[in-house]
Amino acid sequence: MRLVDVARVVRSKNAGPLTVTVDLMFPERQAYETAAASPKLTARAVARLYGLPADTVKVIAFPPALAIKIVMDRPIVAGSPGDRDVYGAQQHKPLLELEL
Amino acid sequence: MSAFGRLMHDGPRPGEPLRALAASGQLGYGIPEPALRAGLARKPHFIGCDMGSIDVGPYYLGSGRMATSEVITRRDLRLVLNGALDAGTPLIIGTAGTAGAAPHLDRTLEIVRSIAAEDELSFKLAVIRADIPRHFLKQMVEAGRTRPLGRIAALGAETVDGASHIVGQMGVEAFVRAMETEPDVIIAGRACDTAIFAAVPTVLGYPIAASMHMAKIIECTSICCVPGGRDAMLGTLEGDAFALESMNPGRRATPLSVAAHSLYEQADPLTVYEPEGVLTLDEARFEAIDDRRTRVDGARWQPARVSTIKIEGAEWVGERAVCLAGSCDPRVIENQAQITAGVRAIVSDIVPPTDDAGYELFFHVYGTGAIDLFDGRHAAAADEVFFLIECVASTADLARAVVGVAKQYLLHYGFEGRLSTGGNIAFPFTPAELAAQSAYRFSIYHTTECDDLAGIFPVESERVT
Repeated sequence: MRLVDVARVVRSKNAGPLTVTVDLMFPERQAYETAAASPKLTARAVARLYGLPADTVKVIAFPPALAIKIVMDRPIVAGSPGDRDVYGAQQHKPLLELEL
Repeated sequence: MSAFGRLMHDGPRPGEPLRALAASGQLGYGIPEPALRAGLARKPHFIGCDMGSIDVGPYYLGSGRMATSEVITRRDLRLVLNGALDAGTPLIIGTAGTAGAAPHLDRTLEIVRSIAAEDELSFKLAVIRADIPRHFLKQMVEAGRTRPLGRIAALGAETVDGASHIVGQMGVEAFVRAMETEPDVIIAGRACDTAIFAAVPTVLGYPIAASMHMAKIIECTSICCVPGGRDAMLGTLEGDAFALESMNPGRRATPLSVAAHSLYEQADPLTVYEPEGVLTLDEARFEAIDDRRTRVDGARWQPARVSTIKIEGAEWVGERAVCLAGSCDPRVIENQAQITAGVRAIVSDIVPPTDDAGYELFFHVYGTGAIDLFDGRHAAAADEVFFLIECVASTADLARAVVGVAKQYLLHYGFEGRLSTGGNIAFPFTPAELAAQSAYRFSIYHTTECDDLAGIFPVESERVT
């Protein structure tokens, strides 16, 4: 099962200029629980997907919203010369191909 | 009596409903008027507007300019000023002019005074400044009382001196001091989005946990709804619980949509750090009142031992020029990495960077993974690519010179197997080199402890006529 087949929202955005986060939201509890339990969505697995050291990635489940938040340090402070995505709004793509 | 005077003396008390109208989460981009009118008709006890954000990047804080256009900013300010003053409702505007430093606040005040003159408005205004004095911040650095808010260098005196503007996010405390001057309107420099909406309930004795949680949600107006939008949002606080309702009948605040908003632009959906304490949401409950209103409770509040403020600073790094071009030649696309490396070397020979005339040159090659912030993956091969050549240099002339050389050598760069000897790239127009204003970077994104909030966020009073 692919993440995009069960998620309602897969979005990324800065949380302040030093952090980029990806939100995964699900339409119902079953899909949320499948994703939350998936070994592909542990901090270690997500770090591997993004090519990051495991200790720089956090995965936080938020059951009231049937959502999972992924938090990553930005490799460059938002808006500094050399940045590629000032709002961090286009960093969700690696998750679109994820098999849960 | 002034609007805030009436509110503080005769306003609601815990147990009675307190209605907060969030008119705008980003004043200056066009407030939808029908929802604002519908909100005013509900007789809110106060109106709050957020006017700023750090998301737009360091240019605005650094340069002192607003991100929103003058004409729409004036329109929005006119709508909320007239709406509030006509009804005698207190109005709070936070993070004036995008970044909330002195030039942003002063420009906002100029617009407000000019609207007052044109529309014959007369009111008492309280202004709260948010510029952090450099000597204060250097003392805090020296005393080890500042802390980075993530992956950014620890603060030093040189960084403090290098920033063109430094602001602190004021909390509820500053707004309470401003309210004590009994104005009609409060306009603040850089402020916590939450403080704009939590200050009134706090001063009236409502529980701080529910006040803060409601503020955290309504500060973005109807973004917490399905479908999300920018229409005014009404929060009604009773005691430990509050109700949420969009002032656009087409937007529904559902338990799921409201809970999901806790994720928005937050690193941690369960914990919200404020200057005065920490809001914890792990036991928050979201219940439908009907199909477009949600009731929320269960937030918890832990007061901080020492007041801590979030500080932001931006420093000038150079002048920017860019060149825009594209290519659909498969051999250019296939060899783009080698071509841009070759062009970079030629530019460096022709315009050698020196200590006095330094620059950075970037080739953003869209269609080859130019958007990815992180390594570890590659974009699929594209039929067309877009070259954005960017230079940030010590002067605008140097930036333009570097970009001009890069453009010309990219156009004619020779490589093994090249067929396109007429030119490697297509320009949509000329000149393809464009000056792109000053470049800034966030040099400060830290916290500092503070023993004298009133000294750092001073309140000024004036009568606007």
